[in-house]
Amino acid sequence: MSTPFSPVVAGSALPAGSPAPATPTGIPLHGGEANPSAAALQQQFGAAIRRIHVVRGETNVIVDRAHLAEIVRWLHDDPSQRYDYLSDVTAVEFRDPEQPIEVVWHLRSLPFRRFLRVKVELARGEALEVPSVWDVYKSADWMERECYDMFGIRFTGHPDLRRILMWEQYAEGFPLRKDFPLRGRFSRSEQLRQALAANPEARYSMEELSIASAFEDLPADMRGRIGSGEKTGE
Amino acid sequence: MGLTPRPDSTVSYAPPAQEGWVTTRLDFLVNWARANSAWPMPFGTACCAIEFMATAASDFDLARFGMERMSFSPRQADVLICAGRVPFKLAPVLRRIWQQMPQPKWAISMGACASSGGMFDNYAVVQGIDTIIPVDVYVPGCPPRPEGLMYGIMMLQQKIMRERAADKSLRNEMEPDPKSQLYIPPAMIDEVSEPFGNSVHQTRSGL
Repeated sequence: MSTPFSPVVAGSALPAGSPAPATPTGIPLHGGEANPSAAALQQQFGAAIRRIHVVRGETNVIVDRAHLAEIVRWLHDDPSQRYDYLSDVTAVEFRDPEQPIEVVWHLRSLPFRRFLRVKVELARGEALEVPSVWDVYKSADWMERECYDMFGIRFTGHPDLRRILMWEQYAEGFPLRKDFPLRGRFSRSEQLRQALAANPEARYSMEELSIASAFEDLPADMRGRIGSGEKTGE
Repeated sequence: MGLTPRPDSTVSYAPPAQEGWVTTRLDFLVNWARANSAWPMPFGTACCAIEFMATAASDFDLARFGMERMSFSPRQADVLICAGRVPFKLAPVLRRIWQQMPQPKWAISMGACASSGGMFDNYAVVQGIDTIIPVDVYVPGCPPRPEGLMYGIMMLQQKIMRERAADKSLRNEMEPDPKSQLYIPPAMIDEVSEPFGNSVHQTRSGL
């Protein structure tokens, strides 16, 4: 635990004499200069990079699902890329039923001051499964859980893929999907009945709480009672 | 000199010779004490809680109602003030907090979301906390101004002043019991509320 902390300085990997960062103006909606990482990706992975386009000055790279894990790993590890910050994992579903569902990763490289949006397209009818990037970015844990909770996309390799916003017994489906009715699938009284039947104290696993280590020191019978979701404190 | 009664007072004051004695109705005395020392249990979940904090702060000053002592433990609270929307995930928590409050207790539903779900007519939000706990005063507004909340608090004080301390039925707590004749199953609630209520069969803007 005593590893010295070396902060990443933004722009530290840029060559000396680079212009100071400024808010860009006059950006076209489509086209423009792509992030240099896109060309490097194409050179490194070839056909696994399906398309590259620049929208509002931001580079979107649509990649092959099978190669996503190694692409993200390379972007994180390669000294010429150093994408050290995963700022978001989410998904997009379009109203047009022909259009595929997209899973989106927002990557940021602090040393190079770069932003890259990586997408995987999941065609309709295809299984909603993509590889998890949890082993590269630990911050992907909750973001992938949220994406699973809202869209039903399974991240293979995630250590603990459960719902995070809705409660774990939630049975109505995935709320941000286009086929999900705004008011949910069940009637109001049924929704309320199910919500009130939940035990508010059994919602979090003990591992999630900061007293997880203290939990190990408890007597075995107490651990059993708490682990089985028994109500406490009444 | 003695005390001078207010023209509308129900208290009879003793003549100066017997000063130190007051005769009054027990109900009045108990209700007067309860109404003027109602400790709030703030259940703030959204922007209404900001207005609630403003009400408690010095400009509006809840201390004038004997409410300056926020009771963050439900076991020492008298009035639950639900300020903000309550999602379904929080419904069992709100129910549990209400059950933990000792009698006598009252509830104020502050703002549109707590009272009716407000603009959040969606899959995640409880359509009015009166589906979970009994509510005494509803305060409209989105969010209500501190004056609005204080008006609600004064209405609650009036309500408390009209109670009878000996009336046990006021303090009855009833859990929905499926074996009781008063219990209405969810399916029947859906059926009778379908044309009017917040049911999923209701359609708005084609969604």
